[in-house]
Amino acid sequence: MMMDSERLAPQRPFRDRSFGLMRKLLRVNWLFVLCVCLLAGVGYTALYSAAGGAPRPYADSQLFRFIGALVLMLGIAMVDIRQIAKISWPAYALGVLLLLVVMKFGHTGLGAKRWMTVGGMEIQPSELMKLFLTLGLAAYFRRATQERLNEALFLLPAVAAILLPVGLILKEPNLGTAVITAMIGATVMLGAGVRWWKFAILLGVMLVAAPLLYHHLHDYQRARITTFLNPGSDPLGAGYNIIQSKIALGSGGLTGQGYLHGTQNQLNFLPEKQTDFVFTIIAEEFGFLGSMAVLVLLFSIIAMALYTAISCGHVYGRLVALGVAANFFLYCFVNLSMVMGLIPVGGVPLPLISYGGSALTAVMLGFGVLMSVHVHRDVEFASEEF
Amino acid sequence: MKRDAKDRAAFTRRALLIGTAQFGIFGAIAGRLYNLQVAKHGKYALLAEQNSISERLEAPLRGLITDRFGTVLAGNQQHWRALFMQALAPDPQAVLDNFYRLVPLPDDEKARIAAELAHRPGYIPVLLKDYLDWPDMAALEVNTPDLPGVVVEVGASRSYPFGPGLAHAVGYVARPNQREAAADPVLSLPGMRIGRTGVEAAQDAVLRGVPGFVQMETNVHGQVVRQVAHDPGTPGQEVTLALDAGLQALAVQGLKDQTGAVVMLDASTGEILAMASSPSFDPSLFDKGVPQATWNAWMADPGHPLQNKAVSGLFAPGSTFKPTVALAAMKAGTLTAETILTCPGFFKLGDHVFWCDNHTAHGSITVTTALQVSCDVFFYQVALGVGIDRIAEMATLMGLGTDLGVDLPDAETGLVPTLDWARQHGIHWVEGSTVVQGIGQGYTQLTPLALATMIARVATGSAVGPHITRRIAGTLQIGSTPGDWPVLDVDPAHLAVVRQGLFEVVNTPAGTAYADRLDLPDVQMAGKTGTAQVHDNTAAEKRQGFNDLTMAWAARPNALFVAFAPYDNPRYAVAVVIEHGNYGGVAAAPIAHTLMTHALTHDPAGRDVPLGGGGA
Repeated sequence: MMMDSERLAPQRPFRDRSFGLMRKLLRVNWLFVLCVCLLAGVGYTALYSAAGGAPRPYADSQLFRFIGALVLMLGIAMVDIRQIAKISWPAYALGVLLLLVVMKFGHTGLGAKRWMTVGGMEIQPSELMKLFLTLGLAAYFRRATQERLNEALFLLPAVAAILLPVGLILKEPNLGTAVITAMIGATVMLGAGVRWWKFAILLGVMLVAAPLLYHHLHDYQRARITTFLNPGSDPLGAGYNIIQSKIALGSGGLTGQGYLHGTQNQLNFLPEKQTDFVFTIIAEEFGFLGSMAVLVLLFSIIAMALYTAISCGHVYGRLVALGVAANFFLYCFVNLSMVMGLIPVGGVPLPLISYGGSALTAVMLGFGVLMSVHVHRDVEFASEEF
Repeated sequence: MKRDAKDRAAFTRRALLIGTAQFGIFGAIAGRLYNLQVAKHGKYALLAEQNSISERLEAPLRGLITDRFGTVLAGNQQHWRALFMQALAPDPQAVLDNFYRLVPLPDDEKARIAAELAHRPGYIPVLLKDYLDWPDMAALEVNTPDLPGVVVEVGASRSYPFGPGLAHAVGYVARPNQREAAADPVLSLPGMRIGRTGVEAAQDAVLRGVPGFVQMETNVHGQVVRQVAHDPGTPGQEVTLALDAGLQALAVQGLKDQTGAVVMLDASTGEILAMASSPSFDPSLFDKGVPQATWNAWMADPGHPLQNKAVSGLFAPGSTFKPTVALAAMKAGTLTAETILTCPGFFKLGDHVFWCDNHTAHGSITVTTALQVSCDVFFYQVALGVGIDRIAEMATLMGLGTDLGVDLPDAETGLVPTLDWARQHGIHWVEGSTVVQGIGQGYTQLTPLALATMIARVATGSAVGPHITRRIAGTLQIGSTPGDWPVLDVDPAHLAVVRQGLFEVVNTPAGTAYADRLDLPDVQMAGKTGTAQVHDNTAAEKRQGFNDLTMAWAARPNALFVAFAPYDNPRYAVAVVIEHGNYGGVAAAPIAHTLMTHALTHDPAGRDVPLGGGGA
């Protein structure tokens, strides 16, 4: 027996690369997967209620999508993170290409050209871009030393890599996703070790540029900002959703009006309640306690993603996990703030809960990569790789 | 390795800082939620209870249909109706029971309402009762508190000022059926109508418009407090027809209680200036629902009142087919203007004898004279000489037995037989069949619209196609000016010979329509009479001395007349078919005379209202 193991010793790198499927599965953070499934369950419950107490047209089809996305996520989790690292830049390039394609050939939905159909599946390239940008930046900063991080010339390509997709997404136009993409990029750079004060400068530049940008906004985007500032002024225009959404939240109270008994929901006061405003259904029918439970679930996802980042042995994995966590956080933050009337309405769904396939697929794809980081948190990156 | 550990510690610090910031933001969101859901619950619960603003879709006004001078042929009439918005009623069934107590409805209507309530989304109200009368209105008004969700409002229904006179050309609308409403939810809106026939059907998409919406503030009892916003939607577009209401009235009067059809065209554009079919019906009945007894009467009427005979009635053309036969023979070279053929009063083919009309012997005559006196024997011989296929070829050129692409539904193509057609239908084609084809008998079946097109083409030498829509939302449609149509592929010299013959029909004492020549200075009409057998007299009937005037109505020949005017500069073309009217020169030509006289003295084709002046 001793002889055998000694003979195998020189082949250790090989063994390391291919540690068995069973071992990989055991290393998956199953608590994380459970939280994801619980959130999908919350989504099913809310969508069942949105249809007036019926599995169709929303709940069942969303469940099928989720099951497909879950399989996809676990599949990606089994892929060696070093393989994923190798395709970081090709993925980034593909994301930019898709953005260009959608700009030219995509179809328009709700006033913006952001959708395209691939094999019968609707996708928004801007959703994929957020993940691909994270991968690209993580690969770029993977080998960066602190000295290099202090060189402006070294940071320039990274900033350009962020601004290119952000500009394309702005042009769609999709203000909400563009801002989120920029913030994800900034978070990854922060995680890589770029100095805090550099972000302060960037923030200052953006504050100066904001009024200029306002002039380039589309009318509907400006309308959102102005009605946000004073929603009561136009109760049936763009401010209508915000008012109805707040009424739905407020009428929920501590324990809610009871499942399938939310008046705002069941009487159809809110348009699009199955997508962007899905949180109002939970808040109205299950009250403050129900909405807090969802908040806790959402934050557990973020916390576990950050834990994966911190516990990861390689820089690439850390940055990727940080980016995925930032993406999920920003989704939740923008959607919840919008529903509560804290920021202008942005057309950002609540991940895992809202009806729709594009955001779900993109988020689960990101979770797949995150789980791959988690599974392969101890692998060694050869220095010549990438 | 040490450096790695340092980097890792720095990353962990930053990641924890980011995580803390995110936790803080989640905390702020939770705080805001607490503020909205718990602290301000009272305020929002009240708002939710009073809520408040509800929205419903509203049917657009259907576009007007006018004649070429803006006279409204199909308009919208206002009436009161009761709608029900389910979402506003705490207990819909109780509200319905209260409503039925005040305004009794038949059981089938109650069943319809129940079915619609079960399937409609909240923003589409359900129609309870159309055409409310004053007692209904008063009862509903007094009992408003018991009727949350019931809205009494003004609705529009379709009105047809000319009634039966334009029922066929303009058509009518009806409520969409269940299948149509399921396919297009907009059609399920109360007040939406769908065009069933005529222009209402042909231009339905243009006339329909886009629905608007009403936003209402309602109180806690579901009663409408005030209307917050109202978007009337986009009304349907106005369709201006080529029709002249004045000419149309004369056509209807001319037909009186006879069965038949009249079509008048602008000969240089194919625009339909008048189109009447008799007997007719009241098109406004369909909007409310046709009473069963009326429907049964229509179905039993041998005159088929619902059919537009001008486009779907098929008739043997009789002698009105002769100009086409002559043109076919001239094109083939078997006939010239100088060719002389002899009519001894009969034509013998093998052992079968074909008689000339009334067994008259016309002697040795040319083609113009043959047209003038409507000699059958002359055309028996011409038809035999040119052959059935070349006749059919010319007929297609003249617009006979071919799809004319008219912008009206249910248009029939008609039939001009060919040898191929006969083979396909298992008909043994003999020379005798070709002989009777020469006088428009036998298998040939044509619509009055096709005959009008034929005579317009003979008159102008232009391949015009008939059409009724002149403008949509003020925009002149293609085909409304003479330059839109190609030149007819027929030798102008041949057309001139035929026109000469048709001139003599009306303007020489020997012509078959001399009695109906125009009494206008310097303007002449040219035309052709037709008398088409619909019944072969049996030997027994012949022995009893049956003639056309003594036989039963349904067995009498159809009377036809086609004409154009002025002879030297054709502007108008007309076709008249009177079913079982006996002689074309007697029953049909006077109507053409009246229409031509009116058209030539008022010149509707030469006048048009300026853009934007077409409104009612």
